Amino acid sequence: MTDFDGKRWHDMGGDTAGPVRPSEHDFALWEKRVDALMVLCSTKGLFTVDGLRRAIEDMGPDVFENTTYYDRWIASINQNLIEAGTYTLGELGAKMDAVAKRGATYGEAASE
Amino acid sequence: MPHDHHDHLSPSGHPYRPDNDEPLSYWQTMEIAVRELLIEKGVSTAAEINAQIDAMDARSPADGAQVVARAWTDPAFRDRLLANGSDACREMGFDIGALHLIAVENTAQIHNLIVCTLCSCYPRNLLGMSPDWYKSREYRSRAVKEPRKVLAEFGMTLPEDVQVRVHDSTADMRYVVIPARPDGTDGWSVDRLAGLVTRDSMIGTGRVKTP
Amino acid sequence: MSDPTFVRVKTMMPPGHIRTPAYLRGKTGWIERKLGPFGNPEQQAYGLPGDLLTLYRVRFTMAEVWGDQAERPQDTLDAEIYEHWLEPV
Repeated sequence: MTDFDGKRWHDMGGDTAGPVRPSEHDFALWEKRVDALMVLCSTKGLFTVDGLRRAIEDMGPDVFENTTYYDRWIASINQNLIEAGTYTLGELGAKMDAVAKRGATYGEAASE
Repeated sequence: MPHDHHDHLSPSGHPYRPDNDEPLSYWQTMEIAVRELLIEKGVSTAAEINAQIDAMDARSPADGAQVVARAWTDPAFRDRLLANGSDACREMGFDIGALHLIAVENTAQIHNLIVCTLCSCYPRNLLGMSPDWYKSREYRSRAVKEPRKVLAEFGMTLPEDVQVRVHDSTADMRYVVIPARPDGTDGWSVDRLAGLVTRDSMIGTGRVKTP
Repeated sequence: MSDPTFVRVKTMMPPGHIRTPAYLRGKTGWIERKLGPFGNPEQQAYGLPGDLLTLYRVRFTMAEVWGDQAERPQDTLDAEIYEHWLEPV
């Protein structure tokens, strides 16, 4: 049994929610890099902004609470690049392992 | 530490999200890996990625403020802006890429408010990156149903005789609000007027500064 | 000024990447302006070329969208809706 009526989690207009908190932050370098990768990948025709949104929507409702905006973007960029055949999951896995071994902080791991 | 020319950027008093000094997260690891794979595969280069970051950093609400102030002082430009927002911004020399922009004008009787309920579409190629609250569940959920309550939370209580027009950026267009020119600014230069135009006044959640 | 063209948003609820908000399904508004054509996001989201579709900016009254729950019935809501989601009234 389910009471799902087809309205998906990202389709939020009209939902009940609490007060709007005027939150903002200055973007970190890694967030700006994710943003730049999205712009460049779409400009080069690897996938579209619709593809970016689709993969985020398909992550399900919990992802909105458990990840940050640019966490979701890089996850979706990766999903779309795998689908486009730009690289394989094996290549990604090996690269992520190599990156993680460089150091415990972003600053260390981001420098080869 | 390698020198990176973006590290010194600190455009305002807001806190940085934990970054270089915090433990590496899974998603940060993925960003580094994806970026390096794209470079190794010849899809992009480090220089191209840095140039894109610089291009985005160069965009800010100050650009939108210039557009608004021009519209306040140049009726023919205002008409062109309302007819085709993208062309009017390009005419002023702003690099807005493929942005399809609709400008909506506040008057004594009409107040416009911009939201994107389905994701968080924002006129970023004119105003720069969007604030966190614009992308929040609270704003996306409520702005279309109770805009007046949301505006009150931003400190704006609208009179009952002012009509609210909410714009849900559901597809290919992006929106920018042209706030009403404040009284007491007769004879002001475009640059001086632009200094009154806040980011939130161009989203519809704030007022321009009073002279 | 010519008479407004009224349209109704279809009530169908297929799964997938769709840019027609659920809160507008079945609601009637009028065409504020015609936009586009733009590629169909329901194809482009899946790595396919998008058929070119006319996009319309449709204006609804808050009374139509929210009924008795509207804050002020004569306030309005604009959204962009692709042609295949609209039916004549």
